[in-house]
Amino acid sequence: MSTRSPSSEDRLVIAGRAFSSRLLLGTGKFPSSAVMAAAARAAGAEIVTVALRRVDLDAGGDDDILAALGDDVLILTNTSGAVDADEAVRLARLARAAGLPEWIKLEVTPDPRYLLPDPVETLKAAERLVAEGFVVLPYINADPVLAKRLEEAGCATVMPLGSWIGSNQGLRTRAAVEIIVEQAMVPVVVDAGIGAPSHAAEALEIGADAVLVNTAIGTAADPVAMAGAFRLAVEAGRAGWRAGLPAARPSAEASSPLTGFLDSPPVASRVRPGAPGAGQLEEDWTFAVEGSQQVSNPPIDDPLTRSARP
Amino acid sequence: MTTTAVALSTRPDGPPANTAAADLQAVDLGALREHAAGATAADVDRALGRERRDLFDFAALLSDRAAEPDRLEAMAAAARRTTLRRFGRTMHLFAPLYLSNECVSVCTYCGFSAGNDIARRTLSPDEVAAEGRALAERGFRHVLLVAGEHARIVSKAYLRDCVAAVAPIVPQVSLEVQVWDTATYRGLVAAGADGLVVYQETYDRATYADVHRLGKKRNYDWRLAAPDRGAEAGMRRLGIGALFGLHDDWQSEALAVAAHARALLRRWWRAEVTVALPRLRPCAGVPGPPPGTLDDRRFVQLLCALRLLLPDVGIVLSTRESAAFRDAVVPLGITQLSAGSHTEPGGYSGPSDAEPQFAVADERSPSEVAAVLRSAGYDPVWKDWQRS
Repeated sequence: MSTRSPSSEDRLVIAGRAFSSRLLLGTGKFPSSAVMAAAARAAGAEIVTVALRRVDLDAGGDDDILAALGDDVLILTNTSGAVDADEAVRLARLARAAGLPEWIKLEVTPDPRYLLPDPVETLKAAERLVAEGFVVLPYINADPVLAKRLEEAGCATVMPLGSWIGSNQGLRTRAAVEIIVEQAMVPVVVDAGIGAPSHAAEALEIGADAVLVNTAIGTAADPVAMAGAFRLAVEAGRAGWRAGLPAARPSAEASSPLTGFLDSPPVASRVRPGAPGAGQLEEDWTFAVEGSQQVSNPPIDDPLTRSARP
Repeated sequence: MTTTAVALSTRPDGPPANTAAADLQAVDLGALREHAAGATAADVDRALGRERRDLFDFAALLSDRAAEPDRLEAMAAAARRTTLRRFGRTMHLFAPLYLSNECVSVCTYCGFSAGNDIARRTLSPDEVAAEGRALAERGFRHVLLVAGEHARIVSKAYLRDCVAAVAPIVPQVSLEVQVWDTATYRGLVAAGADGLVVYQETYDRATYADVHRLGKKRNYDWRLAAPDRGAEAGMRRLGIGALFGLHDDWQSEALAVAAHARALLRRWWRAEVTVALPRLRPCAGVPGPPPGTLDDRRFVQLLCALRLLLPDVGIVLSTRESAAFRDAVVPLGITQLSAGSHTEPGGYSGPSDAEPQFAVADERSPSEVAAVLRSAGYDPVWKDWQRS
């Protein structure tokens, strides 16, 4: 096995803070704050993102999301509704002024339908927020270069989308997320589009450090049970990744290498004169059993060894 | 049946280029109306089965075939799923705040019409703030400022003062007032407004000319392009709608409002678009809904079809509808409800003897509406905006 062998401590470390859970929860779309809070507990979530637009900064509202969540989860305020860098920065400052943690999930989504992130404004906002001392977790399209630029800007994670928010379509961006995972020096959190526990497992299996889920849990028939299912899936996906998943192959493969003859006696000596098939190479096709071979995945990239800042 | 397609292009000088209003002119609503009239069961099923729908699918979903019980049930199930996925189990609540019932326009369907001999009142900005506080105490964090059309009494300066008075009290302020130019909308945005609601009332030019007897509201094109001007001025939320019951062909009206919504979504891609489907209510000068009004079954059909055409738009339902009906249609695609509404100026902070715009059909208090939503498994959302 590779150096990926399980250590007793497998923690997600973001900006120097360690978390046991790799399932982050969004708080929209739930039938009530009470159900949302119960789902957060069932998910084992330690990081919960809350839209500042939904937080009643004046006391007296009856839909106070923050009150429903206990003190044991980290509130990750998001800048939902911001259409450019200026608005995102102002919302982050409002959150800070309201006494919320300085952890900001940066969302700059000028298009209110697909809520796709604006890469230019997101980078601008990230640079300014990092300079102001915020811990910045930016929501981005699955763009490997943008991910590196944000990492260089000092972001604590990158959060590429699996598919667009609320679509439940899963890891449509898998190939790009694999590149982001390969290159990232900060944790990679797959955010948006995770529509089923199997999608979450898939994200963890390909090496994402965590997932953020909202719609699939919030709109499930039983949100609390679904939160528990996601917890199991995330744990399974992570365990699978740590165990070293065998590489998938598109088809069966000859166990005799095609270049094996280079190390063998001359071809002529292996052909029995006069035998049927004389003049052809002797063939001995068998099928490799998937998983029986040593995999050569990239070296371990344990989040503990990653620096939160480049 | 006779079908009267909405006629949009009867005027030589239409709305200005590069507007959703102009885009709407280019839509062949007549062809869509014919498709709705002739749609077969197969057309309806194909429209229902698609992942992304176009206006022809929408037309099929408005057809008589689609109103048959099995298909309507299938549409309702699809609309509910679509709404749930996009908006979750939440319902945004807001309240109209009537500033003034002064009006110089004569419109056949409105209680504020200049010809009506009613008690008139215009709130001062301080009174508007008091109304805002009364609404905030009831839980509201989104108010819609509404006024009649009176450019002197309900002037742009007055409106700016009213927005500025209420913006510190509630984080989300929308406007439903007479239409203005882009510069005026900029001023209102700067004062704290972020949403503009302009119902075309009817998209049919002949009906429009017929029901708008006197006043500036007679200018169809100026009104049609008002959401464009608002968006250009920085309004984030654009609300449109038709008042069902004015034009005698609801399918034509529905096709026009949906096509307008799509045009706005394409051109003003940063804006949130909401659509309302108000039905005519009794008011001063209007004893009851006229014949040809969208009935409940057809209303449900229209609501579901609109949701399936436009999965992401907000759909607004007011207290024009009865409590029982509102409760029943909430799961089918509605995303925003007004509640505990007073349609007379000054009605929240104290008794007001001013005439209401229309008779409210759902008289439950906001907290009662919220309780019903909760028992139906919906989270009433009061605050959904933070001004930065």
